[in-house]
Amino acid sequence: MRAELSEIDASIRSAALFFVISAISWLMLGTVFALLVAFKAHEPDFASSFEFLTFGRVRSAHLNAMALGWGSNVIYAVGLWIMARLCRAPINHKGLLFIAGIFWNIGLTVGIFGILRGDITSVEWLEIPHYATPLLAISYTLIGVWGVMAFRFRKGDHVYVSQWYILAALFWFPWLYVVAQIMIIWFPARGVVQSVTNWWFAHNVLGLWLTPMALGTAYYLIPKVLGRPIYSYYLSVLGFWALAIFYNWAGVHHLIGGPIPVWLISAGIVASVMMVIPVIVVGINHHMSVVGLHKEVWRSPTLRFIVFGAISYTLVSLIGSAMALRSVNQITHFTHFTVGHAHHGVYAFFTMIMFGGVYYMMPRLLKREWPSAGLIKLHFWGCAIGITIMVVALQVGGWIQGMEMNNAEISFLDTVRNTIPWLKARSVSGLFLTVGHIAFAVNFFWMLFAAGAVRAKQGPTLLSESEKGDVA
Amino acid sequence: MKNLPLLFCGIFFALAFSFVGLLLSSNIQIGSLTQTTETLVPSDADPEVMVMTEGDPLYPPMPSGLAQQGKEVYISMGCIYCHSQQTRRAEFGADIDRGWGARQTVARDYITQDRVLLGTMRTGPDLVNLGGRYAGDAGRDWNHIHLYNPQIVSEGSTMPPFAFLYDVRKIDGSPSEDALTFPPNSEYAPEDGYEVVPTRRAIALVEYLLSLKINYSLPEAPIVE
Repeated sequence: MRAELSEIDASIRSAALFFVISAISWLMLGTVFALLVAFKAHEPDFASSFEFLTFGRVRSAHLNAMALGWGSNVIYAVGLWIMARLCRAPINHKGLLFIAGIFWNIGLTVGIFGILRGDITSVEWLEIPHYATPLLAISYTLIGVWGVMAFRFRKGDHVYVSQWYILAALFWFPWLYVVAQIMIIWFPARGVVQSVTNWWFAHNVLGLWLTPMALGTAYYLIPKVLGRPIYSYYLSVLGFWALAIFYNWAGVHHLIGGPIPVWLISAGIVASVMMVIPVIVVGINHHMSVVGLHKEVWRSPTLRFIVFGAISYTLVSLIGSAMALRSVNQITHFTHFTVGHAHHGVYAFFTMIMFGGVYYMMPRLLKREWPSAGLIKLHFWGCAIGITIMVVALQVGGWIQGMEMNNAEISFLDTVRNTIPWLKARSVSGLFLTVGHIAFAVNFFWMLFAAGAVRAKQGPTLLSESEKGDVA
Repeated sequence: MKNLPLLFCGIFFALAFSFVGLLLSSNIQIGSLTQTTETLVPSDADPEVMVMTEGDPLYPPMPSGLAQQGKEVYISMGCIYCHSQQTRRAEFGADIDRGWGARQTVARDYITQDRVLLGTMRTGPDLVNLGGRYAGDAGRDWNHIHLYNPQIVSEGSTMPPFAFLYDVRKIDGSPSEDALTFPPNSEYAPEDGYEVVPTRRAIALVEYLLSLKINYSLPEAPIVE
């Protein structure tokens, strides 16, 4: 079995390395944009004479660099690698992955240049100008085709829950992306049908792309590292299908109170609340799988990140369901609360799980260990503290902002001034995250290039003294 | 769960369900809305059927050419990331109490737009009825000064200055008619002998902002005085 896995790892090594190097490069660039935009949010005069650095553009460059540069590339690395391993066969058609990866990075680079020079579309989550999107659509589709083929020609009969999530996401996302491009950009639908399409798409970037990939990763790595099976097969079936059925209706909750038919909004609210089912089910399943093994979780770089992400998934999803209720949404809509919520989902949940995935995957791909446990700890604490400050600051500040905005006796300018301390706290959180990202990147490239020094180390890199050496 | 066709059918229909339910059905329900008059009257042929009032203007109006160019500037600056363009109904939020609109906006208000910019963030105020709050030359001047540097008229605002949409130039002969009028002793005013004039993009952008007006009724959303 072990020999077979290492053969599969060897077959996907170069493609996975290409994706993970791309992902980390975009993560660092996205961090620079993030710091700039966080600072500009409370210091509007900063660098304001450069048109290409105006808030709306840098903010969108940040979002796209992170969601499509970091997020999708790390999915292509970790998600496809897990898919290959679970299909139990060395991969074929590696060329397809390279073509897709190269298209992806070229399309995204052109797209972000386009955003900064003013060709931004101003459609949320679809800011990349029309001349770069076909490259991205082709790339998504190639990756999807590769995934379906890998699954079709798998060895053995058993199909694991991670494969459902990854296969489904690989199929859903190109569909979402192409439909959104057609109905909003290429042949614009009439009026607010565009807005409905926009939020059907944008919420599903999280719901049907990032979330299933992160859950698939957690489902694969939690039992793998701990050496015991997932708590319940039936809960994983229920969790998967409940997510598949409910999540894709939920996006309309971004338009509550907006100029669209009320029945559409109500459908979105119902689906958002129904999401409690898959969230609780997955939460129980993950929790029961790690219960009693907390020391091992804490010692393993992979699981420390993944369990942080899994806990965040439960929290952020329950908050999200609450935010879809009209009485809550009336306060949180149009405020920084939503920004905090978005980072809670994409960062504290998705990104933290993907960090965990990279920590597990790299030693298997390179046959080397992580050079520094200290840097891994710095990475973890920088990110854990940073994202906690950010979510708390934006959600407390956003709630106050919403309460004040709904009270017409408080002047609008006063509500703006009162957000500034919270926005400054967000900038501080950005510094913590930056420290974490630098620690991660240094450790990664050290591992990649300084091969000899770390290969000699005995056993996996752990975060505390181990009683038994089989946890990584 | 190892049957690929079955798994795949489930995956396909899950998304197809919301694609039909949200996108196609809303396209059927509101994708064919047309302009209409402010009020409807019973048809001569069949009093049960309500028809448009003959001779009345149609709403929402078509955007003007210059405003359309200004919208391109609005899009390229990413204004939507801080400014929404929608009014929620009375008693739901304080949109109407804040004077952001006289009535809630409805689907028909957006049908003449080739790109709809509803927005989901109010770091700054809603703009769907900005032209109702700022009109004429005074409104134009205010918006230019505010775009040049918001601190001049809204101290403490977090909106970035868009000074790069303006030229600071030496006054050659008589001052330009378009030159911005700064408040007395403003620290943002140009040096003596210089003036700040809007570029073509700034002129178009302000025309677009002033064109944002919900000053008409629709049969489904009348303005109640």
